[in-house]
Amino acid sequence: MSTVATVPEGTVNPYALSHLDSLESEAVHIFREVAGEFERPVILFSGGKDSIVMLHLALKAFAPAPVPFTLLHVDTGHNFPEVLEYRDRTVKKHGLRLHVASVQEYIDAGKLRERPDGTRNPLQTVPLTEAIQQHRFDAVFGGGRRDEEKARAKERVFSLRDEFSQWDPRRQRPELWQLYNGRHAPGEHVRVFPISNWTELDIWQYIEREGIELPEIYFAHEREVFDRNGMWLTAGHWGGPKEHEAVETRLVRYRTVGDMSCTGAVDSDATTLDAVITEIAASRLTERGATRADDKMSEAAMEDRKREGYF
Amino acid sequence: MTTHLESGAQSSTTTLLRFATAGSVDDGKSTLVGRLLHDSKSVLTDQLEAVEQASLNRGQEAPDLALLTDGLRAEREQGITIDVAYRYFATTRRRFILADTPGHVQYTRNMVTGASTAELAVVLVDARNGVVEQTRRHAAVAALLRVPHVVLAVNKMDLVDYAEPVFAAIAEEFTAYAASLGVPEITAIPISALAGDNVVEPSAHMDWYGGPTVLEHLETVPVSHDLTACHARFPVQYVIRPQSAELPDYRGYAGQIAAGVFRVGESVAVLPSGRTTTITGIDALGESVDIAWAPQSVTLRLADDIDISRGDLIAPADDSPAVTQDVEATVCHVADQPLSVGQRVLIKHTTRTVKAIVKDIPSRLTLDDLSQHPAPGQLVANDIGRVVVRTAEPLALDAYEDSRRTGSFLLIDPADGTTLSAGMAGAAFAAAAEAVVAADDDAEWDF
Repeated sequence: MSTVATVPEGTVNPYALSHLDSLESEAVHIFREVAGEFERPVILFSGGKDSIVMLHLALKAFAPAPVPFTLLHVDTGHNFPEVLEYRDRTVKKHGLRLHVASVQEYIDAGKLRERPDGTRNPLQTVPLTEAIQQHRFDAVFGGGRRDEEKARAKERVFSLRDEFSQWDPRRQRPELWQLYNGRHAPGEHVRVFPISNWTELDIWQYIEREGIELPEIYFAHEREVFDRNGMWLTAGHWGGPKEHEAVETRLVRYRTVGDMSCTGAVDSDATTLDAVITEIAASRLTERGATRADDKMSEAAMEDRKREGYF
Repeated sequence: MTTHLESGAQSSTTTLLRFATAGSVDDGKSTLVGRLLHDSKSVLTDQLEAVEQASLNRGQEAPDLALLTDGLRAEREQGITIDVAYRYFATTRRRFILADTPGHVQYTRNMVTGASTAELAVVLVDARNGVVEQTRRHAAVAALLRVPHVVLAVNKMDLVDYAEPVFAAIAEEFTAYAASLGVPEITAIPISALAGDNVVEPSAHMDWYGGPTVLEHLETVPVSHDLTACHARFPVQYVIRPQSAELPDYRGYAGQIAAGVFRVGESVAVLPSGRTTTITGIDALGESVDIAWAPQSVTLRLADDIDISRGDLIAPADDSPAVTQDVEATVCHVADQPLSVGQRVLIKHTTRTVKAIVKDIPSRLTLDDLSQHPAPGQLVANDIGRVVVRTAEPLALDAYEDSRRTGSFLLIDPADGTTLSAGMAGAAFAAAAEAVVAADDDAEWDF
């Protein structure tokens, strides 16, 4: 079987890679660099589409051997049950090891305090950074994409963090060619973003091409939701709706999967991958603009959270 | 930035172009980038609303498009771009990754960073000022980094009455200068980023111009040269050994092909040891193939069970690079701490990192006039200079002019891990430029 045979006839350069093949090759290269240079890498895995694509890329990078990394999930306590079920099933299917850092446990132990707005996304930073220190992870893979947000557009593929996990955008190492510098002092670690150069549409096209299974909440389904600040939030034990907020059943899907308290659903009748891709290609809103409350808190919300150690 | 495609443009077989922009703030770089993103419908409603809101909060009447690209708090506060940012947009024909590099004089290292992965550089010039010192510096960096295509965008044509002679004079001067540096392909385009002339839409004001718009050119420029012509190179990243019941004997050498083509049955050498063997199989991410080429990430299987590990380089037995412990190179110094003669460093080349010592810094280059200042003793941030480095172990190093991937390296401070310099192995910059000018115009440019 030869790959050359699949090159479309009439192409000017038969050796040109499609954009998805270029992105895939680059991401695999990054996974293998980390495997070659670090002692204790870990992949952040939430069961969201970006981390699912990351895991798929890692599986391909080391096939036919198993993925040489463990997984880490920071569970806010307000995660979607369908996503947690998917997470556990996937971990089992591939014989992987999963660490869970629990925001709820931190709150119960009095180490974190619930915010007045009920949002738990910013609370993830402390359990995340403590888990990194506790397990002495030296490379932490994240599914962050530079197209997501303007502060993320400034992020390196290899992003050095100090012992407090802090990001200092003014002290970033220049990143030249494909020569990633992962050197770090004891206690420091490197955040690694293999899909930095992917866009939301690339993720979906790749999911379609590779036939990757996703949690059902990414596809249109009937759901009980209520309106808060212009977003459809899922009703549930996490703290919604309040008295003045009315629950209604709507046909919706999710573009991102995060904490239930700050991740909104979008009205959609897209029940297939094809329909989702068509919908995203036509959308006039970014995925974060459409569905994330935490980024709207201030102009520099993401930058500020990243500085504190968030992804 | 999330991309927006016209309907029917969802093909996953489009190609990817990585390009960089260079130009001072006053040349209208932000406006050009904003115009490209805006007119290709890559700026979405919520991003525009955020910019409008932020502009209002600052007391500005019109939305400040620079806020789209200045992602950091300090950048917005100071109204300057500090660091390279990466932007994403797409058309029906191609996907683009834009390295948006700050234009300030003191940030040469940022343009080097952006240009290191770019296949094309857009150099912006203000039509009223023509080719200035900064323009020459940008052309020199593009030439030094061997960016295969350079676009000269002569901006603010609306301020010179869209006059052809103004454009022609600037284009001629720049093309002559860039060609003398060895830039292989130069395309000059008269534009007004502010008015939108020849950026995405053809200009109604310049019927004397028959060439492509900026976007058209970005969409059609060839993204990769004929890789069969390049010397094949495969740095070993990682050895894959499942050691499972089903695959007790599988041993594969994982890596990304740096240049050229590899085929099953081919005789190869493993460097630096020089042992030879034959490729018995190529696994392209789970699929067995007969042939693979750069920049595919693959796994090679070899006939003999010889000692190979991360850092080795696999190359055709009859076309392998020389192995050396004495590296002569041009470097761009990117760190705040200086690089001095006698300094102990680490050199990171492909997948190999070895100890090294800086034996000599013969000269420092002045980008403005390309003059060489002999024996500067040390290089400081943003300096470009010649260095001679002795390595503790041999490296299989190509000349940068032959391979951007296997001819490039980093110098790293062993004490704190800081990336000190970006290195390009081989002949001196100016000498190389002269050699290229003298040689055939169609000289291969690998990247």
